[in-house]
Amino acid sequence: MSFLDIIILIVKALVLALAATTLFAYFTLFERILLARFQHRVGPNRAGYIPLPGGRKLLGGFLQPVADAVKLFFKEDVTPALADKWVYLISPAFATIPALIIWATIPLGCWPVGGDGALPVGGCAPVGGSNFLQLAEISVGILYLLAVTSIGVYGIAIAGWSSNNKYSMLGGVRASAQVISYELALGLAVLGVVMQAESFSTAEIVNRQWGWWFIIPQFLGFIIFLLASTAEVVRAPFDLVEAEQELVGGYNTEFGSMKFALFFMSEYIKLVAMNAIAVTLFLGGWHFPGLYTLAQFVSANAGQWAGNAVFGLLSLGAFLLKVTLLSFLSVWIRATVPRVRYDQLMHLGWKVLLPMALFNVALTAVLNVLIPDNRVLSGVIALVVGALVIVGVAAVNGPRKPPASQVTLVKKSAEVVQ
Amino acid sequence: MLGEIVKGLRTTFKYLFKKPVTVQYPEVKRPVRERFRGRHELKRFENGMERCIGCALCAAACPADAILVIPGENDPAHPNSPGERYAATYEINMLRCIFCGYCEDACPTNAIVLEHQYELAYYDRKSAIYTKEMLLVPPDKGHGEIPPILQELNRRPSPPAQIDL
Repeated sequence: MSFLDIIILIVKALVLALAATTLFAYFTLFERILLARFQHRVGPNRAGYIPLPGGRKLLGGFLQPVADAVKLFFKEDVTPALADKWVYLISPAFATIPALIIWATIPLGCWPVGGDGALPVGGCAPVGGSNFLQLAEISVGILYLLAVTSIGVYGIAIAGWSSNNKYSMLGGVRASAQVISYELALGLAVLGVVMQAESFSTAEIVNRQWGWWFIIPQFLGFIIFLLASTAEVVRAPFDLVEAEQELVGGYNTEFGSMKFALFFMSEYIKLVAMNAIAVTLFLGGWHFPGLYTLAQFVSANAGQWAGNAVFGLLSLGAFLLKVTLLSFLSVWIRATVPRVRYDQLMHLGWKVLLPMALFNVALTAVLNVLIPDNRVLSGVIALVVGALVIVGVAAVNGPRKPPASQVTLVKKSAEVVQ
Repeated sequence: MLGEIVKGLRTTFKYLFKKPVTVQYPEVKRPVRERFRGRHELKRFENGMERCIGCALCAAACPADAILVIPGENDPAHPNSPGERYAATYEINMLRCIFCGYCEDACPTNAIVLEHQYELAYYDRKSAIYTKEMLLVPPDKGHGEIPPILQELNRRPSPPAQIDL
């Protein structure tokens, strides 16, 4: 690797980190406006607009994230007197860095550079070159993703512990318990994809989804992954860690100013990163129907470099579009589903999702052995079986009225007192 | 369980396309209720004379002690108000005022009325004190009847608590 390559790599890493933080800033705006619309409100629409002729305003509120950041920077930075100072100071970084480095192995698109520079057929594997839109291609990319997402919980746990506050402590403990519980189901859901693609490399997994997204053969795994990743990034309806009504603010109660902003940032970047991983594993990554034909057309008319560039940018766009759709889904779910109870959370994680994920692994294995050649047939079978399992599990675990013997009505309790 | 989740998601999705109920405040202002008690105004008679006769009953009635009235003798050639005296100084401290409307009830000449102005922000305590010049309506805004807002109060039956705006 030459000196220039290293410089390019560093610049790419910086751009990716900046892009992730910008993405976070605008995801908060996206979420606030969408949540407002879900609740019949307008949302932030004051900070910054593009004036149009006739007094109309375009994109009202697009500077809101900037305003928020400026506000947070000028807040007083307090360290509690009895906090464990160094741990307290380090914990925001502990939470943020894993959230940022998740992005390294996710293929954001396909822009072949170097090598023969040919347009990718059946996947992005340029001979002798590399994919410009993937920072690091390592053969165990999936393990890297799982490891880094789990490290994030250290930040939360030590933040709760070091601030010497019982509410923060409880928030931190809740977070650790929750993340560890859901990691199993998450890992097993990912394992199904790994078995399907026969590879641990993220790039290879995306390549294998050419024309056949893994959401079909891994439908069950996709649902499990969605639920488990929502719990993993402690987001509504699994946001017990910051249950405002019970824990003041959760593990970040004692953090102010930019330290709080870093926790906030790590949470949201992790959420978007989880959506990006879901897109990579299940929704075909940067694949999009018709993209290759278009790039081939451009390549034939305007040269190969232009074709590659068009393919790269459009595949990046397709990837971001899918991530946006999944982000919309998470906001939608946040606006709809109320927070679960702690026992419900543990029940769902251990007694529902884990057996379902194990079943998914078994199903994938059996189908791969029985029907190794016909991916359409095995995929359809897996889809049908997966849907049946989900409907069945939902029916068995549905909300149920507790038996009458366990219920004490207010009217009855008054009688008991008399 | 799936049915309930789908139902919930459908409901929120439907709400996404409804018009927001938010009133964009500084640009759009909701009309207040007819009996809304906002900032005070000192009314005039139709001929432009001040209704206030400086009796200080409002100051006596005020539970928050927000009103200061210093009466003065009318010059018989150019009277400020019908009668012997008028309010030489009339000040209301808006930081103390609780907008209860007792001054309105106490006033024998219906001079002081709580009107509909409610934007009363200020940057320092000094500007919280509203002087007579600020409270008094312009000379051409006088009327012979009792002020309309007080007529509204006397009307029976009283208007409903909720008026559709």
